[in-house]
Amino acid sequence: MGNRIVTKKQLSENVFTLEVESSLIAKARKPGQFVIVGIDAEAGERIPLTIAGADAEAGTITLIFQRVGKTTAQMADLEVGQEIGYIVGPLGMPTHIEKLGTVVCVGGGIGNAPLLPIATAMKAAGNKIITILGARTKELIILEDDFAKISDELIVVTDDGSYGRKGLVTEPLEEICGGDDKPDLAVVIGPGVMMKFCSQVTKKYDVPTQVSLNTIMVDGTGMCGGCRVEVGGETKFVCVDGPEFDGHKVDFDQMLRRLSAYKSQEQKAHQAYLDHKCRIGLKRNS
Amino acid sequence: MTDSEKLLQDLLAKQQTEKLKPKDRYEIPSQPMPAQDGVVRRNNIEEVATGYTETQARLEAMRCLQCKNAPCVAGCPVKIRIKDFVTEIADGNYGEALAIIKENSLLPAVCGRVCPQEVQCQEKCTVGKKFKDVDQAVAIGRLERFVADWDKNEGSIPDVATETGKKVAIIGSGPGGIVVAADCRRAGHDVTVFEAFHKPGGVLVYGIPEFRLPKAIVKEEIDVLGKMGVKIVCNFIVGRTRTIRQLMEEDGFDAVYVGVGAGLPKFMNMEGEQLVGVYSANEYLTRANLMKAYQFGKGADTPIAISKKVAVLGGGNVAMDSARTAVRLGAEKVYLVYRRSEIEMPARVEEVHHAKEEGIDFRILQNPKRVLGTEDGYVKGLECLKYELGEPDDSGRRRPVAIEGSEFTLDVDTVIVAIGNGANPLIGQTTPGLEFNRWGNIVVDENCKTSLDGVYAGGDIVLGAATVILAMGQGRIAAAAMNEFLQQDQ
Ligand SMILES: Cc1cc2nc3c(=O)[nH]c(=O)nc-3n(C[C@H](O)[C@H](O)[C@H](O)COP(=O)(O)OP(=O)(O)OC[C@H]3O[C@@H](n4cnc5c(N)ncnc54)[C@H](O)[C@@H]3O)c2cc1C
Ligand code: SF4
Ligand code: FES
Repeated sequence: MGNRIVTKKQLSENVFTLEVESSLIAKARKPGQFVIVGIDAEAGERIPLTIAGADAEAGTITLIFQRVGKTTAQMADLEVGQEIGYIVGPLGMPTHIEKLGTVVCVGGGIGNAPLLPIATAMKAAGNKIITILGARTKELIILEDDFAKISDELIVVTDDGSYGRKGLVTEPLEEICGGDDKPDLAVVIGPGVMMKFCSQVTKKYDVPTQVSLNTIMVDGTGMCGGCRVEVGGETKFVCVDGPEFDGHKVDFDQMLRRLSAYKSQEQKAHQAYLDHKCRIGLKRNS
Repeated sequence: MTDSEKLLQDLLAKQQTEKLKPKDRYEIPSQPMPAQDGVVRRNNIEEVATGYTETQARLEAMRCLQCKNAPCVAGCPVKIRIKDFVTEIADGNYGEALAIIKENSLLPAVCGRVCPQEVQCQEKCTVGKKFKDVDQAVAIGRLERFVADWDKNEGSIPDVATETGKKVAIIGSGPGGIVVAADCRRAGHDVTVFEAFHKPGGVLVYGIPEFRLPKAIVKEEIDVLGKMGVKIVCNFIVGRTRTIRQLMEEDGFDAVYVGVGAGLPKFMNMEGEQLVGVYSANEYLTRANLMKAYQFGKGADTPIAISKKVAVLGGGNVAMDSARTAVRLGAEKVYLVYRRSEIEMPARVEEVHHAKEEGIDFRILQNPKRVLGTEDGYVKGLECLKYELGEPDDSGRRRPVAIEGSEFTLDVDTVIVAIGNGANPLIGQTTPGLEFNRWGNIVVDENCKTSLDGVYAGGDIVLGAATVILAMGQGRIAAAAMNEFLQQDQ
């Protein structure tokens, strides 16, 4: 049923964007929601990916992902015209969009992808948008132009200073929160560690903060509990209660540990896939 | 000729001249289910019980007394004409036997394997009563399985009435959904089954393991639906991809059956439950079964904990399945920790028996207090308390009471929580007007109709975590009511 790739772009060495036919999801999805993708219906993992955008009319959704394990490596190897095994969604609760005043949007690495539709909707609702985008180095800053279009102010930082300000996103965030125009909301999406430290900063200044969690998932309907996190001492399922939560209440350390549960097996599967590809390549060349 | 074959011949010869008397029947030994060796099967996922031979089946069937009042039928939730099908097996008429079963149950190969007969039909059986031992009852389930398996190659496709032009949506492809799909399609309606997972079958594929219910059997049943013209749409979550209201108001469905199962795992809410290595049984079994984690590195990439020592919490079928799956995934030691005593275990007796044969260490009257973790957040142990039985509670079972100061630690690296499932709230949150009870189960009338016109429901989402046969039974009732509703609604 569809899932044909319409366009494919490589945003940086390991970041890809695919526009995929998926008319029902394109129609139903709202900012903040995600899908679960699998390549092999017989025996493979199921991974959550945020919906970076959608065109209801054309019936397509945009997925942006980073090549980190076997499934994402397989996806990166798909070309326009090919189909993704299966896509299910849209999942999770949509972001609550309302006019609050000033919203500071902080994106780290691949987190810019899910952040964009939220920032866009917040802007459309009449908020002033201050965006901070951060990455390790220049090549890894994605979607900067798109954010420039909807932001009243845009700050870019890199760890190595190769582009924009040198440093971490927490620094400009602290200046903004401590400044005269204290934001009414912070939306922070990126690696777990980044969300953790940003939440600590905003907490200091009492700025309400939304983070979007990306845990390991299986079904996405609340059936397995694999995606659970502790928020304010309560167990929550990211796939149905989230993915957005109050950053001041999330137990990030625990979440980070659960995320790395299968690291060695994932590496094994990924390596096996690379070896396999390599062998096929050799055969072809010989 | 084996002893059994000789016995069968003698009995058949005797029958030529006189009717077998109850005494003759009582003398026929109860036929054991052939099974894979307990040690061998720890290392494979093949089906444990291998099924009766023809000789065994006929001998077992001859043990039936043909009771006038057939108490067994009263014990069957879907009222299969048990006495009659057993007689047909005794006479060697397997096709007739199967036809009789199929009048009431569409999935005999499944039910013959997973129904808790020992608390249903077989509990009521006169032969078991005579021996004061339910294990001595006529093995109705094994006979049901025998005829279903015998049919393997003949798989017939039910007739479909002329198209009515009415559209039926079925949400969830578990046993309930399968039955409704078949019955509504037979009446000539245009039927679509929507399934959230990437494979249809519900708990039959993602929960109950291969070694108890081979997935090929479930697939065959689903294939029959396909051949009848039922459309099966996977990766479609009703409530997310489309809502029930959209299906009815925009997509033209005239009736809907909600068979989404239970699907909300309960946790213990104890310290350490978020550690890496703590699973709900649903997650553990789904990874192992549906996503084939047991083939990791050999064609499947689904990761699952590589466990040496596992503790499974609970005493139901789900707990047994989890423990036995852990054994097959290579765990050296598997504990089953249960708060009450063994007689109170809700699991089927056969499963408890099989689990013990496979070396699972039953820790009865013990209950976990907290999960202990390593510095970097992995499970390293389970602290438990010992219990004793106190006064009976509301359910009539003696309430287990913790013995103070009896703490001890099990050295484990994986904990699987199998203490039951609540009702998944997704359909409720997205279907205004649909009525639920305070446990989150959908409220239905005696025809399985919900508070919304045209919307019916059954199975675990109505009953709470129940059984395959009860889900099927409700499916039948719902389908009959839906067919009638669609006929009136011309
Ligand atoms: C491990 C385990 C072992 C068991 N062992 C036994 C046994 O030995 N004997 C026995 O009789 N019973 C057993 N049971 C119970 C039995 O499996 C269930 O009672 C029965 O399957 C319930 O059937 P159902 O029709 O309600 O749907 P289910 O089998 O629960 O299936 C529901 C389906 O709906 C899908 N779904 C859920 N939400 C949505 C949605 N929003 N949109 C689309 N699809 C959706 C699910 O993915 C699932 O596939 C066991 C259960 C488990 C978990
Ligand atoms: S109760 Fe037992 S002996 Fe009597 S008819 Fe049923 S199966 Fe046969
Ligand atoms: S992914 Fe299974 S409950 Fe969230």
